[in-house]
Amino acid sequence: MIEVKNLFKSFDGEFVLNDVSARFEPGKCNLIIGRSGSGKTVLLKSIAGLIETDDGEIWYNDQNFSNMNARARQALRQKMGVLFQGAALFDSLTVEENVLFPLDFFTEKGTSEKLDRANFCLERVRVSGSNKLYPGELSGGMKKRVAIARAIALNPQYLLCDEPNSGLDPETGIVIDNLIKEITEEFQMTTIINSHDMNSVLEIGDKVIFIYRGCKCWEGTRKEVLQTDNEALNNFVFATNMAKQIRKA
Amino acid sequence: MKLLIHIGSYFLLMKRTFSQPEKHAILYRQTMREIEKVGINSFPIVVLISLFVGAVITIQTNFNIENPLLPKYLVGVTVRDSLLLEFSSTMVALILAGKVGSSIASELGMMRITEQIDALDVMGINSASYLILPRIIAAVLFFPILCLLSIMVGLAGGYLACILANVMPPGDYIYGIQYAFYPYYIWYAMTKTVFYAIIITTVSSYYGYNVKGGAVEVGKSSTRAVVQSSILILLANLILTRTILQ
Repeated sequence: MIEVKNLFKSFDGEFVLNDVSARFEPGKCNLIIGRSGSGKTVLLKSIAGLIETDDGEIWYNDQNFSNMNARARQALRQKMGVLFQGAALFDSLTVEENVLFPLDFFTEKGTSEKLDRANFCLERVRVSGSNKLYPGELSGGMKKRVAIARAIALNPQYLLCDEPNSGLDPETGIVIDNLIKEITEEFQMTTIINSHDMNSVLEIGDKVIFIYRGCKCWEGTRKEVLQTDNEALNNFVFATNMAKQIRKA
Repeated sequence: MKLLIHIGSYFLLMKRTFSQPEKHAILYRQTMREIEKVGINSFPIVVLISLFVGAVITIQTNFNIENPLLPKYLVGVTVRDSLLLEFSSTMVALILAGKVGSSIASELGMMRITEQIDALDVMGINSASYLILPRIIAAVLFFPILCLLSIMVGLAGGYLACILANVMPPGDYIYGIQYAFYPYYIWYAMTKTVFYAIIITTVSSYYGYNVKGGAVEVGKSSTRAVVQSSILILLANLILTRTILQ
């Protein structure tokens, strides 16, 4: 479980996160949604420890991440898997080496054991047979899959995904979403997904948090998203004219 | 004020860089990779430039020493000392600042903007140590070898000029490059090269590691890395020359 309590973050005097509190349950896909620039990436990066907040607390189960020293944070980070918007695969390494990377650093397993684990992860995300390719030779969807394989290589308890299906066509996006959902349920991870894609929300959003101008504006399930009276959320969900007409009908 | 912020950030980055590496086997593997990229791949440019510069210094020195009272072997002495004292250390370092420095800054800059450095950090890996330390070690180990290579190839270039361009008798040239030779000059050149290696790799890494924005900023940081490294090399040259040759 991950919990954030009263998070504040400002850049140049302007609040990007303003008193945000939320609880993210294990085994569920927790979605953070909001318009571009609403503060959801800052929230996710704060949870990952890539941005220091001005105030507030971030709890990983019973551990207060905000008060941890560098060594304790480093240890906790080995239980985290992060999927970045652009996949962030290491260009100079092959697919297999990318997945082996965290295993090389943080396990004392033998080479064959590490290779077995890497192959298991690649098969789990359905990218077997591309082990010797470089990231530059992969499609966008393949890159995301390999990034997921790398993120789950150490069997993490927490999976943080920043817009996992951005830049992908809707069909491939849903495949990636479903893959994340399957993995979350299979390994009982606490998964937080940043998204502004309504397909993702409706497909996998076990819990949805709507961020608006740096504040948590709404919280609920994917079914409740379509029935809410929250004006800001409705403007976000039913942004297109067609969606507005469907809602009226 | 901005300069002080840069200096402070630079030393904080170096503190992280020189902290205990996670695994020595990985540091060794990365260092070997960097030796190939930073060192071995610089062989051709160093050889090419040193060969031509050695030949040109020989021709120019011979042209300027037309006095019959001055022995011909002085050309060899001048070529040797020019290469040893200045060209093979400082000039080669300025060339490497352009080649290696821009490569380091742009590579790290691209890693920063494509979130690869964030990916390392979030895995719990000390990204500064993992990315920068092997480059520093590789350059400190290999730049002196490039310096020695440059001296040898430069002297060979002078010899070739004597033979092929018939500049002066090769025997006089060979006598000159051995005449009044101080082995200490080699250590002087090597010491300077080690300092330059540290300047090039750390300054370029600093600019690359701290890129913010997109491709334009990567280009700008690469240019800044080369300019700042070159300025610092010239400054270090002055200080080291004054200190070592006093």
